[in-house]
Amino acid sequence: MTGLLSMAYLLAGVFFILSLGGLSSQETARRGNNYGIAGMVIAIVATVASAAVEAYFVLAIAVAIGAAIGLWLASRVEMTAMPQLVAMLHSFVGLAAVLIGWAAYLDPRSQLMGAEKVIHNTEIYLGIFIGAITLTGSWAAYGKLQGILSSKPLALPGRHVLNAVAILVSLVFLFMFAPDGHGAGDATLLLVMTLIALLLGAHLVAAIGGADMPVVISMLNSYSGWAAAATGFMLGNDLLIITGALVGSSGAILSYIMCRAMNRSFISVILGGFGTESGSSADDEEYGEARSSSADEVASWLREADSVVIAPGFGMAVAHAQQAVAELTTKLRKQGKTVRFAIHPVAGRLPGHMNVLLAEANVPYDIVLEMDEINDDLPKTDVVLVIGANDICNPDAQEKPGSPIAGMPVLEVWHAHQVVILKRSMATGYAGVSNPLFYRDNSSMLFGDAKESVQALVSKL
Amino acid sequence: MALTLAVPVDTAPGETRVPVTPDTTRKLIELGFSVLIEPGAGAKAQFADNLYEQAGAQLVADPAQLYQRADVLLKINGPQEQRDGLSGSELDALGSNAEHSKTWVSFLAPGQNAPLLERFNKQHATAVSLDAIPRISRAQKMDVLSSMANIAGYRAVIEAANQFGRFFTGQITAAGKVPPAKVLVIGAGVAGLAAIGAAKSLGAIVRAFDTRKEVKEQVESMGGEFLTIELEEDGAGTGGYAKEMSKAFIDAEMALFMEQAKEVDIIITTALIPGKPAPKLITEAMVQAMQPGSVVVDLAAPNGGNCECTVKDEIVQAHDVTIIGFTNLAARAATQASQLLANNLWRLLEHLCPNKDGELVIDLNDEITRGCTVVHGGDITWPPPPPKLSAAPKPTETSAPKTAEKQAPAPRKARPIALYWLIAGALILGLGAVAPAEFVSHFTVFVLAIFIGWQVIWNVSHSLHTPLMSVTNAISGIIILGALLQISGSGSWLVSVLATISVLVASINIAGGFYVTRRMLNMFRKGDPS
Repeated sequence: MTGLLSMAYLLAGVFFILSLGGLSSQETARRGNNYGIAGMVIAIVATVASAAVEAYFVLAIAVAIGAAIGLWLASRVEMTAMPQLVAMLHSFVGLAAVLIGWAAYLDPRSQLMGAEKVIHNTEIYLGIFIGAITLTGSWAAYGKLQGILSSKPLALPGRHVLNAVAILVSLVFLFMFAPDGHGAGDATLLLVMTLIALLLGAHLVAAIGGADMPVVISMLNSYSGWAAAATGFMLGNDLLIITGALVGSSGAILSYIMCRAMNRSFISVILGGFGTESGSSADDEEYGEARSSSADEVASWLREADSVVIAPGFGMAVAHAQQAVAELTTKLRKQGKTVRFAIHPVAGRLPGHMNVLLAEANVPYDIVLEMDEINDDLPKTDVVLVIGANDICNPDAQEKPGSPIAGMPVLEVWHAHQVVILKRSMATGYAGVSNPLFYRDNSSMLFGDAKESVQALVSKL
Repeated sequence: MALTLAVPVDTAPGETRVPVTPDTTRKLIELGFSVLIEPGAGAKAQFADNLYEQAGAQLVADPAQLYQRADVLLKINGPQEQRDGLSGSELDALGSNAEHSKTWVSFLAPGQNAPLLERFNKQHATAVSLDAIPRISRAQKMDVLSSMANIAGYRAVIEAANQFGRFFTGQITAAGKVPPAKVLVIGAGVAGLAAIGAAKSLGAIVRAFDTRKEVKEQVESMGGEFLTIELEEDGAGTGGYAKEMSKAFIDAEMALFMEQAKEVDIIITTALIPGKPAPKLITEAMVQAMQPGSVVVDLAAPNGGNCECTVKDEIVQAHDVTIIGFTNLAARAATQASQLLANNLWRLLEHLCPNKDGELVIDLNDEITRGCTVVHGGDITWPPPPPKLSAAPKPTETSAPKTAEKQAPAPRKARPIALYWLIAGALILGLGAVAPAEFVSHFTVFVLAIFIGWQVIWNVSHSLHTPLMSVTNAISGIIILGALLQISGSGSWLVSVLATISVLVASINIAGGFYVTRRMLNMFRKGDPS
């Protein structure tokens, strides 16, 4: 029977790998998702069918309620709110890891001795620690994304020291806890550590600014994987370990990609506080006057253009302008113009956020290009519409070595013949640096709500 | 009350340009002004009177009447004492006074013409000097000096080619080999860059020198070769001009010019320092060193010339070298110059007439207005406070060490990688020595799974990162297995409750994650343009 169970787990593990592999292209992505579902069903059915599980009734109710909530959440979420949903789901993994860790600790059945016991205790401890950080970190991220918490980094005095102390204390407790685990006061140690980790998670994420959310989300994704892996070690379950490792490394790679897209080291993102020291310092340089133009003018440029590139940013998500943008795209394409989208890796608040929004609005994915694919074509482009994006197309990143965003790869929209920036005001982006793009000779501002502006353009074409 | 703009024929000797074209007439009328034109004002620039009329301007043949009706007089050159059709000077004809203050707009060279400013002031006039528009990025669209310098630079090459007895481009023909002309451009401002571009497109080998290091890239972008001297000194001053350099620098510079003079066929000099006589860069000895038949074009001739042999407004021969000292190079391309100038002037008036109601608003708090208004409201407002911003980048000291740092770590890289592997290996072996067999097998699975994940995830398309996150989210709901195993048979109610809650939240994750992924993936569709 255990052989059967192990093989079922192996099969599930293979399916999970295939599931992630399927996401390598749009054509196979749906199949990948189905592989994932299949793997999950196999794993759960096999586990439930095994001799170790008896409380079918309670289990069925819990699964039914959970699944119903999950489906309900997933079916009503708007695509602009995807980052929040993802953060919320991360927190559930964290919560489960904490609870399972505690349950394993309290489980009277475990009778281990010697090195096995020390390792088991360490696994419980780490599982709870990582799970707790994931839990509250995800809540903080959710709060920031939802606008409940300020997206500005929270800068407590001595915050690095606070974090260091929290980690150090947790480490000391680990050494006190691991050798015995069930002695006097050990339960208290575990409880105190849980509280510390909960606070640490919230504080870590609260100190990170809104613009770094793509990194935070993928980092939490990674944590939730490690939490699952730690639980797998604790329970001696290979499938949990495999899955946790897959998810953990996936999140780590995503974080790395996001950091590279912003030209920042992972450490500097985690330490947080971006945009507080350097960015907001009074920029005494005078750039001149930004030209503002009317929807009529922009519409006439679009009419004359042969090739148009649209560079969306978080502002498009905020204004829910994706449908209007899609309409504009369809209209321009019907007139025989080449329309393409330029997506910066960190546009939005979630890796790939813009792609999902545009997909929701039925923009074909083969005209949605990555930064590296389109940067070389921008000099040949007639009109670039920058919709609600700022830092990701800031020429300072390349031209001003002293700028806080210096060296960050950006969309080189200023090489196009005409750039139109749709924006609510002249305010700076999350990096807090002003954007000389607005003052270029070939730039023009179209002020107003992105959705209304785009709709105005659609009606004038 | 909308103001009347008047454009007389500019009778200054050698002047061919006109500050308003039929095209800008239309735009000025849109701003609310009415426009009077003296017949023949645009004739030398090929703009016929009837074109102005069609654009909405009124032709006024009598100069006296024209000046008298004008509220704002638009010209190229400053006021003249004598003019056909007027009894006195142009200023008197304008008749500005305390009750009715009028505005004069033209090039005025306020730095050299203090008495003139006094006269404007006495008449309660407002004087706007086109050459005093601050050279800041905001004012680029009205920067007449740049427009004129652009033409002057182009024209300098054309005049040089006219005097030069050979091709610019190198050719190998049946009749023998023709070497390409070598052109040296001194001063890479707007005029210099335009000259580099024009000479390059005629096929010459172009070299350029400027004391400001920042222009190296600009020179190279135009196809020129940037000459440098072995001396550290940056000549960038305020307002995009160069400053005066130290003695040692000038000596090195002169040595370079001497060496180049022996080699090049054409020298175009554009070196100007504002408010000072032009520096003498090409000495008579250098001219002597040049090959017979060579040409020097001195664009600094209006300020005394960069070449010792320059004669203002004339072409002279010195030591078998032709030296062109024209001061009106822009006027030699009258149509082009007028078009650019007229556009600049229209932009300036647009700036001065923010309400588009045909009224001028002289706001001395505005940097552009402050700069170009030299007499206003009973005061001589020249010179303005120094410009706030230079087009030049801030001193690059901070960036230099940075690049050095960047390069430094590269050679160090090899050692740490080996070191990391050593440490990792030691840790793994150490763990293996103490850990029980079961842990070791789990650990093996763990590490291999990380590597599989690493390989698989790198292949995931960028556009699918959000679905990737939600699917990994769903998959990490596999943590439910742990809860499933704990939920029954432990005998402790607390464990069962914790496990039940875990099952519940993990189920949310699984169902929600997979479903939302499905929703998203269904949205991605391949395009067909229909």
